[in-house]
Amino acid sequence: MSEVKYSKEHEWIKLDGDLATIGITKHATEMLGDIVFAELPEKGSNVEKDGTAGVVESTKAASDVYTPVSGEVVDTNQAIVDDPSKINQDPENSAWFFKLKIKDPSEMDTLMNKDDYDKFAKETSV
Amino acid sequence: MEIKKTSLYQLHQDCNAKFVEFAGYQMPIQYSEGILEEHKFTRNHSGIFDVSHMGQLFIYGGEDLIKDLEKIFPLDLKNLKLNHSKYSFLMDKDAGIHDDLIITKTNEGFLIILNAACKDNDFKILKELLKDKHKMVLDENRSLIAIQGPKSSEILNAVINGVKALNFMSGNWFTFENQKVYITRSGYTGEDGFEISIENDFVDKLTRELINKGSKLIGLGARDTLRLEAGLCLYGHDLDKDKTPVEANLKWAISKERISKGDFIGSDIIIKQLNDGVSKIRVGIKPEGKIIAREKTKIFNQSDVHIGEITSGTFGPSVNGPVAMGYVENEFSKKNTKVFLEVRGKKHPANICSLPFYKKSYVKGVN
Repeated sequence: MSEVKYSKEHEWIKLDGDLATIGITKHATEMLGDIVFAELPEKGSNVEKDGTAGVVESTKAASDVYTPVSGEVVDTNQAIVDDPSKINQDPENSAWFFKLKIKDPSEMDTLMNKDDYDKFAKETSV
Repeated sequence: MEIKKTSLYQLHQDCNAKFVEFAGYQMPIQYSEGILEEHKFTRNHSGIFDVSHMGQLFIYGGEDLIKDLEKIFPLDLKNLKLNHSKYSFLMDKDAGIHDDLIITKTNEGFLIILNAACKDNDFKILKELLKDKHKMVLDENRSLIAIQGPKSSEILNAVINGVKALNFMSGNWFTFENQKVYITRSGYTGEDGFEISIENDFVDKLTRELINKGSKLIGLGARDTLRLEAGLCLYGHDLDKDKTPVEANLKWAISKERISKGDFIGSDIIIKQLNDGVSKIRVGIKPEGKIIAREKTKIFNQSDVHIGEITSGTFGPSVNGPVAMGYVENEFSKKNTKVFLEVRGKKHPANICSLPFYKKSYVKGVN
């Protein structure tokens, strides 16, 4: 069974074996507004936990996307680069950002479950 | 300092506005539909903007006032027709821009619309320059709304009969609920539209009536994407005290008649720059890909030499791609010159282009 966890930077991560799918949360898209640009990490590159692994831009500003765990980028979602509005429409499902072959499963333990994240998101929103 | 609220604050809340602080005011950045939808709705239908934070400066006087104001503004105010408006600037002696503004000749003197962040300083500067000779009122009792977009004329005319007859950059007094409202056919979106100056107590009612007729409130977010697509400058970004109107490529706004005489503040520099040219100039910049180059992005030429900086950049919803403007060294300002924009450490190709990015549809005046 796959588990979904959440970071304080508003990313979600779904783990299947050692394959992690990562995207940004619905709450994040609501804070950002209409997303008009997305940049993803390069396939084959290695990303480190809490490091920058992409960018999203709304009409107002650019925001970094961080990776909640370390690993090698094995796939990226070109569909959201071609049409960034997909991120607003379906952020926690089809509009995933990238997939990682993770290095250290214990990094998942540092992340929040859904209930904790929902609480965190509510507290940090204005 | 306490954050100020405009008289439409309640209505903004009723329409689920997201607020930001702007120039000391709590202003709506967007409503529930979001910036893209608001932008497109304005281009295709009609949008209402609360711009009550902007300064409405009434200066009262006759012939004497015209002479005094001509020493300040590079405009032929003597020959400006009654109820006609001009875009202009308040400059320092080096032609640096304190503010950009719209000035309208009224039957009692002049109405000047000033940027919110500049209005108090402008008032001080003008009061000193005019040596207290003329009565000046920075009117806090009046609100200012703009209604912009192709359906605006019809919608506003259904509420205030007669406005349809106004020409672009001209205005007049009308009545709403027995109140005198001053309406000009103008705006800052690249669309046909109007700006309405009305007593604070009546602005809520007027705005709700316009919404009932099919217009919608639009936030500052879409106002920014609309004005940038239209190639219009935002003070504090595209214009400031380190830039002159000639460098800002706004020499069309300077009266030729006045240049020949040259007796306004900053005229020495303006005339010199018109004759000798300028070293930097404002241009439109279109990135080749999807990368958005924002304010302060460095611009390089093909030999990797730093030649300028972006002053405004965003995603243009009607252009469906990134748009920007900025200042480059004059020799690289020609249309179709290839440049490179440094975004997040990488250089991305872009081209100098003519402005606006989005073609205007103003109603032409007789002026």
